[in-house]
Amino acid sequence: MDFSLINLEIMTAVLGLGVLVLGLTLPDKLNKLISSVAFWGILLILVYSIVILPGQTEVFNGIYHIDLYGRFFKILFLAAAVLVMMMSRRYTEKIPRQSEFYGLVILAAVGMMLMASAAEFITLYIGLELMTISFYILTAYLLKDKLSGEAGLKYLILGALSSAILLFGVSLIYAMSGTVSFTGIGMALGNQPAITAGLVIILAGFAFKISVVPFHMWTPDVYQGAPVPITAYLSVASKAAGIAALIRFLLTAVGPGELALDLNLLLAIMAGLTILVGNLIALVQKDVKRLLAYSSIAQAGYLMVGLTAANDYGLKGVLFYAMVYVFANVGAFAVTTAVETNTGGTALESFGGLSKRSPMMAAIMTICMLSLAGIPPMAGFAGKFYLFAGAIQSGYLWLAIIGLVMSMVSVYYYLTVAKVMYIGTSSCDTPLLVSRGAATALWICVLATVLIGCYPGPLAEFAGLAIKSIM
Amino acid sequence: MYDNILLATLLIPLLGAVLIMWMPASRHQLIKYTAAAGTGISLALSLLVALAYDKDVGGMQFVLTIPWIKDLGVNFALGVDGISIPMLLLTTLIGFSAVYASWKIVDRAKEFFVLLLILIAGVMGTFITTDLFIFLLFYEVVVIPIYLLVIMFGSTKRVTKEYAGMKLTIYLLIGSAFLLAGVIALFIKAQAVSGTASMDMAFLGSLDYPIGFQVWVFAFMAFGFGTLLSMFPFHAWSPDGYAGAPTAVSMIHAGVLKKIGGYGLIRIALTILPEGAQVIAPIIAVLAIGNIVYAALICLSQKDLKYIVGYSSVSHMGYVLIGIAALNIVSLNGAVVMMFAHGVMAALFFAMIGNLYEKSHTRNIDDFGGLAHQMPRLTAGFMIAGLASLGLPGMVNFVGEFTIFVGAFASFKAITVLAISGIVFTALYILKSLGTMLFGPRNENWDHLQDVKGVEMIPLLVLGIAIFTGGFFPFILMDFINGGVGEIVQHIGALRIGGMM
Repeated sequence: MDFSLINLEIMTAVLGLGVLVLGLTLPDKLNKLISSVAFWGILLILVYSIVILPGQTEVFNGIYHIDLYGRFFKILFLAAAVLVMMMSRRYTEKIPRQSEFYGLVILAAVGMMLMASAAEFITLYIGLELMTISFYILTAYLLKDKLSGEAGLKYLILGALSSAILLFGVSLIYAMSGTVSFTGIGMALGNQPAITAGLVIILAGFAFKISVVPFHMWTPDVYQGAPVPITAYLSVASKAAGIAALIRFLLTAVGPGELALDLNLLLAIMAGLTILVGNLIALVQKDVKRLLAYSSIAQAGYLMVGLTAANDYGLKGVLFYAMVYVFANVGAFAVTTAVETNTGGTALESFGGLSKRSPMMAAIMTICMLSLAGIPPMAGFAGKFYLFAGAIQSGYLWLAIIGLVMSMVSVYYYLTVAKVMYIGTSSCDTPLLVSRGAATALWICVLATVLIGCYPGPLAEFAGLAIKSIM
Repeated sequence: MYDNILLATLLIPLLGAVLIMWMPASRHQLIKYTAAAGTGISLALSLLVALAYDKDVGGMQFVLTIPWIKDLGVNFALGVDGISIPMLLLTTLIGFSAVYASWKIVDRAKEFFVLLLILIAGVMGTFITTDLFIFLLFYEVVVIPIYLLVIMFGSTKRVTKEYAGMKLTIYLLIGSAFLLAGVIALFIKAQAVSGTASMDMAFLGSLDYPIGFQVWVFAFMAFGFGTLLSMFPFHAWSPDGYAGAPTAVSMIHAGVLKKIGGYGLIRIALTILPEGAQVIAPIIAVLAIGNIVYAALICLSQKDLKYIVGYSSVSHMGYVLIGIAALNIVSLNGAVVMMFAHGVMAALFFAMIGNLYEKSHTRNIDDFGGLAHQMPRLTAGFMIAGLASLGLPGMVNFVGEFTIFVGAFASFKAITVLAISGIVFTALYILKSLGTMLFGPRNENWDHLQDVKGVEMIPLLVLGIAIFTGGFFPFILMDFINGGVGEIVQHIGALRIGGMM
């Protein structure tokens, strides 16, 4: 057994635990060092994950797959973690127990990395729980803030419920097939009602994590209550982790055509509903954090479109879109964080006159949100092109039309924010105070969004290779 | 030596925008000169393109192809033919004039000119690319700068500028959603038919699609492009949008941006899906009557100058639509000339309105009277635009309208006759409103108004010259257009070939 194959996971876990230990052992005045250790550590791991060239192997008797697909998502999680840490520097200055904050962010990343590579339900479940339990704590991190506590509790109850549902589904499948490994399940799948029920219940469990309608109810409250950097992390990384695990499960275990129910149609209906509900409710939001929460529900719907299509373009689109979604959404949340730390709120009015106070911030917010809406030359456009091309190729023209029309409708609420920033007024004229880390994160987000949008070739190729490695 | 000329034409305005971004906001004079230089060089280059284009050879020239997205078969491909050249010229002419029409902008000039230059480059991109994906990219790029320009610099009269901007944006985007769905379906179908993934317009046009597929995809595209071209009944954004927009945006929007709709219908929808076009064309022709007659009737009762020109542009787009729907070489020629003609005319109209509004702060025609006494040059500008609008011989608009009617009569008799009646209404509302406003006894209230002078003359001169040159020497334009349209009609093959102009 060659443990160097899972170097990435080992390093990240060691870093996460190390940060926790440092927090306990270092004297208080050196506490500031912790955020630096965490940040530089995770950055190095990100660089390592980009430069290493692991082969295509299975470890631990096939329950853990090392492949390009897993690597793609690991890069995504690490990049998200890096960006989130950069933007939370100033934010965490106010809160105690920094080591726990950073430690949990890293441990959540470890959980997601496990999810992306797990090829069997027990490992997947461990990864999932590691991720969600870290998030329960992070969501409720602002102990003195009532909303944050409420969000944490809500997330805990509903998250535990959904984990239970997932486990129930797995147990049904296990009862019928006698195995929890994806390939084993794939061989045993048949037309029995229990299998169908198990699949649907598993799907529901995942749908909760990805916040797909009708399992999305927790999202707005949790996103609004959680500390903004955590909301950003939750919305991009935990969603991507759920999608990553779901794709691997569906592709490995569920072959086409043998099931009693049309799983793809079910996915298509869920995707369509998610897009509709997310976008339509976002139209009337008055708080930017909440608006972004609903928009992130809609984004989950777009990702589901690619999953429904289940062909080359669609799945490539999911990977591509998940990656560009990281930059666009973290960018938008980073601006929101800056606004919150400066004005004390995230209501629409707090963004008033932002273009006069900090023209770059306003421009970045606009660009990131337009990428979410899929307006070229931002990266979201190419992503949606792949997703909907996949949907149309698989015959889901109606789904593509819903998606495209609702993307355009979503421009309305994104532009409402732009409107406030550009012609709204503010009592204060000084530029927003932003830490250097947050400013760098913003620039990375906006540059990635525009550059990938103008020249999507390389990322599309990488996504294509990644998806091929498990097809 | 001309290999990269199109790329340069496209990138120079963008370069200007980037330069302006680094300038301090207080140096608005420098910012304006940079914007003027960017659009000016671009104009010169596009004239050079027109001169250097070899009409005897025809086809796509100055072709530049850079591989872009491999798995979608997308190339960053530029090239112009006889149809794109007039459109390119139109863009650069109006872009250059629009900068001068905005010379008075001081507050937030930096943002204004950055967005304006991005807008101009975006519009230009749609006309000179030969790749469908890149076309879509540019097509949607333009929407957002327009929105920001309208809400930041627009005017609130009958509708608020926020409302106008949002209406404009959402209408066009919903249209483009269907266009996108059509294009993606086309791309997938082409891949299924030919086995290669490609977004090259010529390649897509060379394939044979089943008729049912052609019909619905053409319908989707017609809806998308039609919304942009303010096809009845999807035209409601146009008058409100122009009324709310600042002068330069109205000029570019009415002048060129709308024409992307007509251009797309001919270059993309018609060329790639000719059989679908034959099924849908009669519907477009009927809707076009809605444009021509209904919008003209509304114009008769309008008092706000921008609404008059806004509705009149809806009405004029009806001619373009009929020209396209008639599907023969003459009518298509006419449609392209008409797009050019209407572009310069509408831009001149909006430039004059903007100028007058800046000084008098009203756009209501009843407030004015006898303006010719105080502002003879402005009056001349209004008269040129107005007479061009009603299609007086000697102006390029006459050439367009006449050609369209000759061509369309071969295809639709009754509809063409109805369309011609639109000219009467046009004459009625143009002469009535211009007469009230410009002529008659001197109105003392407006004695303080200064006539157009200095840099304000540039839009009037540039666009006026274009109108007369096109009117007196129509062959300059016609030679290009006839070549380009001829190739398309030949390519479609199945269509009737009408008599030559």
